[in-house]
Amino acid sequence: MLDDFMTRATLAGVGVAFAAAPLGCFVVWRRMAYFGDATAHAAILGVALSLALQISIFAGAMVVALIMAVTVTFLTGRGYAMDTLLGVLAHSALAFGLVAVSFLSGIRIDLMAYLFGDILAVSRLDLMVIWGGAILVIALVVWRWSALLTATLNEELAYASGLDPKREQLILTLSLAITVAVAIKVVGVLLIAAMLIIPAAAARGLARTPEAMAGVAAAIGAVSAVAGLQGAYIFDTPAGPSIVCVAAILFAVLNLITWRSQSGA
Amino acid sequence: MSLISVKNLGVAYGANTVLHHVDLHLEPGEIVTIVGPNGSGKTSLLRAIIGAVEPASGQISLKPGLKIGYVPQRLHIDQTLPITVERFMRLTDRVTRATCASALEAAGVPDLLKRQMSQLSGGQFQRVLLARALINKPDVLLLDEATQGLDQPGSAAFYRQIEQVRRDTGCAVLMISHELHVVMSASDRVICLNGHVCCEGTPAVVASAPEYRALFGTGTGGALALYRHDHDHDHDHDHPHSHEAAE
Repeated sequence: MLDDFMTRATLAGVGVAFAAAPLGCFVVWRRMAYFGDATAHAAILGVALSLALQISIFAGAMVVALIMAVTVTFLTGRGYAMDTLLGVLAHSALAFGLVAVSFLSGIRIDLMAYLFGDILAVSRLDLMVIWGGAILVIALVVWRWSALLTATLNEELAYASGLDPKREQLILTLSLAITVAVAIKVVGVLLIAAMLIIPAAAARGLARTPEAMAGVAAAIGAVSAVAGLQGAYIFDTPAGPSIVCVAAILFAVLNLITWRSQSGA
Repeated sequence: MSLISVKNLGVAYGANTVLHHVDLHLEPGEIVTIVGPNGSGKTSLLRAIIGAVEPASGQISLKPGLKIGYVPQRLHIDQTLPITVERFMRLTDRVTRATCASALEAAGVPDLLKRQMSQLSGGQFQRVLLARALINKPDVLLLDEATQGLDQPGSAAFYRQIEQVRRDTGCAVLMISHELHVVMSASDRVICLNGHVCCEGTPAVVASAPEYRALFGTGTGGALALYRHDHDHDHDHDHPHSHEAAE
């Protein structure tokens, strides 16, 4: 069954969608959308370094994404506004990454594959890494769900309940780095943030509890992956962007329906 | 043993000292109100007690196994986060729906279980926060300006509720108020804070005085009282005690 490249691509897309959905909800609730972007952009530097050092792309991207995420967390509230800080770091990392790639003259690499993903080239090994990462992220988020939610709602409330909001923030950051690393192959660094945010945002109107929102987001993400891939196959369009297009269309349609049912009531 | 005992506490953010030489003890069943102007370190004191900020000096000891019910100053729930009252009640404690329902009923806001937190009025919201803080039967209730944003009858009703809670459960209450002269009348002690403990006393209930009526109207049912600051004592430091100016 896994011999078929479309099957592998679909499984890869669904895996990323499942990991990104609950994480994306926290990214939306905590207004960290740009944070996801910054982590993803830094990953291209990781890709360049992995190619230079001949180590796994997943490992290189994850390490750099993690360093980026921890740096941002550490620097927040030390003189610069969050968006300025992220703007400086994200684009610097992307620029340094692109420059670093140009030094790798000995290796032929397809930069587009890392910027926009190359889901149709997912190998069995890639698939194992993607699902391994996705399961790890889902396990982390499920395990810490209550604590993450409390820390998201109110820091003092978390402290008073014996939780450490800084630790929860670190867990979120770690999960984000893992997701970015495994999603590079699927949607590429430029569109990872879209897989985090769009399904979660689309699910908002349909959910009455945080858990429901994460569940609906996972479903929307999975549908986007499957339908996007089919669309890419039929219309011969790039796969990663097609997945994001479907998610965006679902976002628009669901919002219209919610809006109409609210104004009709 | 005191539930909370703070000895010679100092709190600083960088070079900025916000609290110094603060001593405070909270005994079981006691209601203590902390008043002080903006920037007097009230919230820092509470944050230090719950462990959100490391003391720069001194000690804070909590009775082992102390259960804290915390009502935050304001809780902003992002528009993008859907959460029902029931889910919010279960945020940090595993409780049944029936427990949630009876906690809300006791807080005077029944039938809210299925409502979204974002749809509640200010008064309902504060009562839900209080009900959540009480759901695991805490030994001490910490309130950080919990009546902020409520009008005077609203504050009075909220205070009566807290008094009721203390009567019913015997839990101690430590609350912060930015109102310098009007405090909850059931307070056993009032502590005035301005970087350090300026004065400490009991609220004077002057319900019958005409000034009182003029000040509070008649709808508060004796839940509010005046606190007279007694700052004629001597400190070995020289900063002005300008409460009125700071208000």
